[in-house]
Amino acid sequence: MNGPVSKQVAQPLPQRASLFSRPAWTGIAACAIVLALLPLLNLVFPSGSALHVSDYTVSVVGKFMCYAMAAMALDLVWGYTGILSLGHGVFFALGGYALGMYLMRAIGHDGVYQSDLPDFMVFLNWKAYPWYWWMTQHFWYALLLMVLAPGLLAFVFGYFAFRSRIRGVYFSIITQAMTYAFMLLFFRNETGFGGNNGFTDFKRIVGYDITSSATRTALYLATLAALFGSLLLCRWIVTSRLGRVLQAVRDSESRLMFIGYNPLWFKLFVWVLSAVLCGIAGALYVPQVGIINPSEMSPANSIEIVIWAAVGGRGTLLGPIIGAFTVNGLKSWFTGAFPNLWLFALGALFVLVTLFMPQGIMGLIRKLQKKRETP
Amino acid sequence: MSNIPHVAPGRSAYEAGEAAYGRIKPQGVDTAHGAILYLEDVTVSFDGFKALNNLNLDISVGELRCIIGPNGAGKTTMMDVITGKTRPTSGSAYFGQSIDLTKMTEYAIAHAGIGRKFQRPTVFEQHTVFENLELAMKHDKRVRPTLFSRLTSEQEGRIADILRLIRLHGSERRLAGLLSHGQKQWLEIGMLLMQEPQLLLLDEPVAGMSDAETARTAELLNELRGQHSIVVVEHDMGFVADIAQGEKVTVLHEGSVLAHGTMEQLQADERVIEVYLGR
Repeated sequence: MNGPVSKQVAQPLPQRASLFSRPAWTGIAACAIVLALLPLLNLVFPSGSALHVSDYTVSVVGKFMCYAMAAMALDLVWGYTGILSLGHGVFFALGGYALGMYLMRAIGHDGVYQSDLPDFMVFLNWKAYPWYWWMTQHFWYALLLMVLAPGLLAFVFGYFAFRSRIRGVYFSIITQAMTYAFMLLFFRNETGFGGNNGFTDFKRIVGYDITSSATRTALYLATLAALFGSLLLCRWIVTSRLGRVLQAVRDSESRLMFIGYNPLWFKLFVWVLSAVLCGIAGALYVPQVGIINPSEMSPANSIEIVIWAAVGGRGTLLGPIIGAFTVNGLKSWFTGAFPNLWLFALGALFVLVTLFMPQGIMGLIRKLQKKRETP
Repeated sequence: MSNIPHVAPGRSAYEAGEAAYGRIKPQGVDTAHGAILYLEDVTVSFDGFKALNNLNLDISVGELRCIIGPNGAGKTTMMDVITGKTRPTSGSAYFGQSIDLTKMTEYAIAHAGIGRKFQRPTVFEQHTVFENLELAMKHDKRVRPTLFSRLTSEQEGRIADILRLIRLHGSERRLAGLLSHGQKQWLEIGMLLMQEPQLLLLDEPVAGMSDAETARTAELLNELRGQHSIVVVEHDMGFVADIAQGEKVTVLHEGSVLAHGTMEQLQADERVIEVYLGR
């Protein structure tokens, strides 16, 4: 009975003091400042100056931040709660479509057919907006919809799946099927979302020209704010008692039930939250890349989100962000240098990370830290 | 967003106007008739095989009851029925006078005041010892309160008490996964105690323990005697003799009760010797 008793009696109990440790805060703040400076460098310095950051770089980083947000949202359910979703792309796309509907209506009469309706509806010979386009001309409604659409889908899907105690690989397969089904649905022209072309040729957002550099900077900064806001929110959640309950769901759901928690609501809470964050990321993505189409719902896209989280390190929040930047950075370079090899490289990356870095980049960082502490 | 159906507490002992005199006063559970658990004609059949066969059992408030029986006698199935994991094919299971366990979910039963230790120690291995106890602590276990709750100093004190009781004070910051097998068993018992249950179900609490650990566990259960009603399912005869201390022991055989009695009576009972104790 004399187990190895460590001499830590006087240690303070695990109360919540700060969301991050001091070095982590410093690193995060530094990254935030650098990211915030990029578009300013783009605006202030003329192209040709050594300090100039190209439009391309800014738009790519803006895109990566949306991916990072999606990866972090996924890790909240995968790394922390043990629910592997292979269908998070559908939430990302739904958020994107929600804002896309507004952007389509903001085109006004500047489309090819100069009609009240978006071009694709004219093409289908529709005379009026279908009912689900109701109110979408209002920006605030689009913001509401970008939260409600993915949130509601996640709630309904999650409620039935979790209540039936579907877990593990079965759950993952169903999520994959869900995103595939939605992709097929959105591919149909009659669904009313532009078929396989989706939405594109946006002209303006809340009255501002969507291609102007000021608007692009504003969208970029909004994305940065959303990314860091959601990082803080997620961190706050995972360091709360609820966060510990989520990890308990992952490690031993039945024990949790027998000490009086109903896992259903905890899973549903984190699942819906994750979907909403993913939807917001998608909504920020669409005006920056200028297009949303059903290929965002293809199963491969959802699997890519999983790979970002795995490469960065699951069960952490910073990991998926780092992973999203790393993998997408590699992808940008690879598709430029060896366009045909990217999928092989992605597959190899996933295998190598799984075999040699099961904790991802964050695990590697932690290992190095430990080595430095104990030389 | 959550709306966990809370267990209707039924008539409490107070409302019933006959606060159990001289006994522990359980809240929410009506134990006016002195019994905390009734199993009546419980049958569980799996594809025709009867894991429990018209089992009748009742446990009094404050009792420490040991249940023994050979493998396959239905001990674990009985615990599954009490904790809502398995629904009986027929028969009834009541907690106190009014709480029908056969209609409740696992977490609702835990809320009502039944704590269960599994045969294999199950603790949250990635959490510290402290966090394990904190999670198990009796509090509002719905989503929103869990998100906003902070530990009060009173609750910290309670955790510290339990840590001392299960001999893990000083290890509260260790990951539970790093504990020895025996320590995990104690931690799990500690987690049950944090729930402040009226009824504790312990499935083979000393399986895989060293002799010293077994003796310590017997000591622990003796400390808990009278504070909770306790049901212990165990194979280890020496351990059962240590904790039964003249109280009633039940022998299960093929899904029903073979015999009741003190350890001495059972050791002299021909049928018990035949099916279980051997010669």
